[in-house]
Amino acid sequence: MAFELPSLPYAENALEPHIDARTMGIHHGKHHASYTSNLNGAIAGTDLEGKSVDEILGDLDAVPEGIRTAVRNNGGGYANHNLFWQIMGPGGGGAPSGALGDAINSAFGSFDDFKSAFSGAAATRFGSGWAWLAVEGGALRVSSTPNQDTPLMSGNTPILGIDVWEHAYYLNYQNRRPDYIAAFFNVINWAKVAELYAAAS
Amino acid sequence: MDRNHSLSRREVLKLAGSGLLSAAFSGVSFAAGGEFKLPALPYAEDALEPYIDAATMSLHHGKHHAGYTNKLNAAIEGTDLVGMSIEDILADLEAAPEDIRTAVRNNGGGYANHNLYWQIMSPDGGGEPDGELAEAIERAFGGYAGFKEAFAAAAGGVFGSGWTWLVSDAGALNIETSPNQDTPLMRGATPILGIDVWEHAYYLRYQNRRADYIGAFFNVLNWARVEELYLATL
Ligand SMILES: [Fe+2]
Ligand SMILES: [Fe+2]
Repeated sequence: MAFELPSLPYAENALEPHIDARTMGIHHGKHHASYTSNLNGAIAGTDLEGKSVDEILGDLDAVPEGIRTAVRNNGGGYANHNLFWQIMGPGGGGAPSGALGDAINSAFGSFDDFKSAFSGAAATRFGSGWAWLAVEGGALRVSSTPNQDTPLMSGNTPILGIDVWEHAYYLNYQNRRPDYIAAFFNVINWAKVAELYAAAS
Repeated sequence: MDRNHSLSRREVLKLAGSGLLSAAFSGVSFAAGGEFKLPALPYAEDALEPYIDAATMSLHHGKHHAGYTNKLNAAIEGTDLVGMSIEDILADLEAAPEDIRTAVRNNGGGYANHNLYWQIMSPDGGGEPDGELAEAIERAFGGYAGFKEAFAAAAGGVFGSGWTWLVSDAGALNIETSPNQDTPLMRGATPILGIDVWEHAYYLRYQNRRADYIGAFFNVLNWARVEELYLATL
């Protein structure tokens, strides 16, 4: 069974003005699409066909060496963007409540402290990569990874991620990554993040 | 000697005629006061159109390269690194204080890499190398076509942000890639040609089509400058 590019859960222009329609169109239709097809190309004819991408990324050592880098990069790109579209939405923003809100307060002190830790991780990731909020051994932690690496590769569960590859923001924000990070907070779908948190806890 | 930034007599005369001379000389890699200076572009921002667009050139030089320059200066302020050439700093990162080593690596790399990048492009670029450089390319790659194919493949294969280089090791050429702002200077080798494959180098014009940007880059390659840099490594 080949991996499929999921459709965007909203229109390409739904996150305007925070994320522009053209960026969404290219990001989903070109970048995510090519991670998907490159992943499928890499695993074709191997035992990895039929496994979930989370399962594959959680044990990259089990991937044949000849395709390991391709699976890491494209499998990471496939999974990371699947999450990215889900944890954004029109009508997003604000702050989480409930169990997730409590967990954020207890891990970071307050929502604002979380926001500055996450924004700092996203701003200081040099080159291409992601910043994450992940469940690690039951606790919430902010981290960042290079390229298309993901906390899944260390056995942890990302519940929120921001893509800081330049392709995620260059058309609208150019070199101003901090503006893109600030705008991202206006479209975070906290209801979805809370669901992912509940499932991971 | 900071050979990456030396200008040939021909270039000096050309620049003097164009009024860009003082700006060009601000491009030497360290100034008397110890601060690294952002070199002026050696041509207009729109000079490489249609291959590299003016908006990209302007942001790339005026924001990205300027940012690396400022952050490098801030990182080394008050340290023994002030007054050293960027090549010497990058060739011995172990000597940089640990708490600024990553900042120096990233921003010093970004500073040096872009200094080279502007120089090895030109509105009069393209075509094929000649002279001793052409002979070295023949020896290493079987000819220009072989070089071009190998270089384009290496640049296309860099995953994430980085660079692809043509490196001269005492005259022997090879192609290598580096992530982020790392450079062959960090292992004491001399890049004589480099293509920036960070998305910021091409996204406004080419978006996800990196291969098209790489193809276009060959049309603005300043082989005369690359040959000078090559000859300086012999
Ligand atoms: Fe992306
Ligand atoms: Fe650059």
